Amino acid sequence: MKTLEEIKSAIEAAVPGAGLEIVPNPSPSGQHSLRLAPAHATEVAKFLRDDAELAFDFLSNVTGVDWPDKEITEKVKVTRTVTKTVDGVEQTVEETVEEPRKRMQPGCLEVVYHLFSMAKKHGPIVLRMKTINRTDQVELPSLTPIYRSAEFQEREIFDLYGVVFTGHPDLRRLLMWEGFKDHPMRRDYVDPDDYEYEPTPHDAVLARAAASKAAQEATGQEGAGQ
Amino acid sequence: MEEGWNRPPVMEPDGEAELLEVAMGPHHPSTHGVFRMDVALDGERVIRLKPVFGYLHRNHEKIAEQASYLASMPYTDRLDYFCSLTNNWAYALAVEKLTAQEVPERAEYIRVILAELTRIQNHASAIGFLIQEMGASGTPLMYAFKEREKILDLFESLTGSRMMCNYMRFGGCRVDVSAAWLSAARRVVDGLPAFIDEFENLLSGNEILMARCQGIGILRPELAINAGVTGPMLRGSGVDYDIRKVDHYGIYDRFKFRVPLGDHGDIYDRYMVRVLEMRESITILNQALKEIPGGPIMDSRAKLRGFRPKPGEAYGRIEAPKGELGFYLISDGGPNPYRYRVRPPSLINLTVLEDMCLGSNVADVVLIFGSVDIVLGEVDR
Repeated sequence: MKTLEEIKSAIEAAVPGAGLEIVPNPSPSGQHSLRLAPAHATEVAKFLRDDAELAFDFLSNVTGVDWPDKEITEKVKVTRTVTKTVDGVEQTVEETVEEPRKRMQPGCLEVVYHLFSMAKKHGPIVLRMKTINRTDQVELPSLTPIYRSAEFQEREIFDLYGVVFTGHPDLRRLLMWEGFKDHPMRRDYVDPDDYEYEPTPHDAVLARAAASKAAQEATGQEGAGQ
Repeated sequence: MEEGWNRPPVMEPDGEAELLEVAMGPHHPSTHGVFRMDVALDGERVIRLKPVFGYLHRNHEKIAEQASYLASMPYTDRLDYFCSLTNNWAYALAVEKLTAQEVPERAEYIRVILAELTRIQNHASAIGFLIQEMGASGTPLMYAFKEREKILDLFESLTGSRMMCNYMRFGGCRVDVSAAWLSAARRVVDGLPAFIDEFENLLSGNEILMARCQGIGILRPELAINAGVTGPMLRGSGVDYDIRKVDHYGIYDRFKFRVPLGDHGDIYDRYMVRVLEMRESITILNQALKEIPGGPIMDSRAKLRGFRPKPGEAYGRIEAPKGELGFYLISDGGPNPYRYRVRPPSLINLTVLEDMCLGSNVADVVLIFGSVDIVLGEVDR
């Protein structure tokens, strides 16, 4: 099999402006991956499937990954004007200090595809795509028209992570029931107090429900889950 | 290739016939658990079929992300509860890839022996269930279970449990096999060819079985590859792809065995591929039981407590009896996996269920579904 760099240049020759980026994998497994720009993902996948030499005809595995917003603390140099009393006289001086600043790194949802070749018996090549954020811009192109095996797996990711696959022929929830609101595999998902609609006589459940009801009333927010 | 070639065709009812919509399942004896097919029928003919999943969903992946790496090992038993040992192996293999953990030779042999025994008992019961669904109530299934019982007794005496074995560890196996166990295993393996001959005498040339299975539920090889179908189903369609031969994981490059392939991709070919795979598993078992060396069963550098892989990711896969079982792990350096994904062969093999069933009689849906060989514990996770 070609190395990942060779595959990358082969794709770039076939799909101009594909916007590929190699994501190194520090683990000893050595399975490095290629990040695709969502705009060209279907063309790249079609090339990988139909190219006679690469012949990645078998999409084995599709995985969703959630990367929540991350708070990063970093030190920033700040220059400010302070009034100091030096030798009994008030003076205005400028001084530079290091100050910790917190900033939010926006999170995203990621989808990882593992491709193999049945014709040439090589692989895997790992492709990944990222959404813009985790809330309102969660569309990614579906690879189901090219690889049918993505059909149920993309439905599962839509169900459990909330990635919306444009071009998917039948995008419905797969494992959770119709009418379920949240995405349980997200890392900030909060379990509902009870999955049953009727209250159960278990003390632990009732105590949890009472506590979260009080918290909801205090903040005036709807609970997570259903 | 034309756009949409890999989609199931949209079928229209004949004339003014009224459509009958049937929910087969979730409590239907042929669904192997709780699984529903929403079928639209024009008379006896299936013109639409939509599978409905999730009745057994417990979010195995989320639970595994909240537990340490080792704590998920017993939970993998519950995925495909017919084949807990191959599930253990796939998970152990993925973690070993993630941490570059080596496995001692004796442990590799034990793994091969247990995996091939698992394959034989899975295929025997899969065929038994298939014939049961055909209406041969009981007899073939009892033949299969009689043999499966002997293999489960071996599992029980080694691991302490018949189905929930929880036996493999990252870097080896949990307990060593004794000489007495190996000779018991040899006795069971020596009895297997006679069992398969008997089984085949009863079934392979049976007129009813051939009439019900040949030419029914055909899966084209191009579609099988495109839809990610793996295992005996893929090979029944004539695609030569066995991960034991492709990846040579473990020590499979040391054994001589053939990969049986089907010709027509119908139910009968899938049945026949399973029978022949059992025979090939016996040749692997004979070689492994003869060559198994002494030595440790756990790598001395393997770390069980305080196990924290370095950040990174790995995808490990094996040829499980039902197809490609893969585990994809992302580590962030913590004690729990950041992402733990199971690639379930049972779920992905069901992608083509509608394509195989369209146009056939409703009675054949049960058979086609049975020939996929699924376990709902793995489909719904």
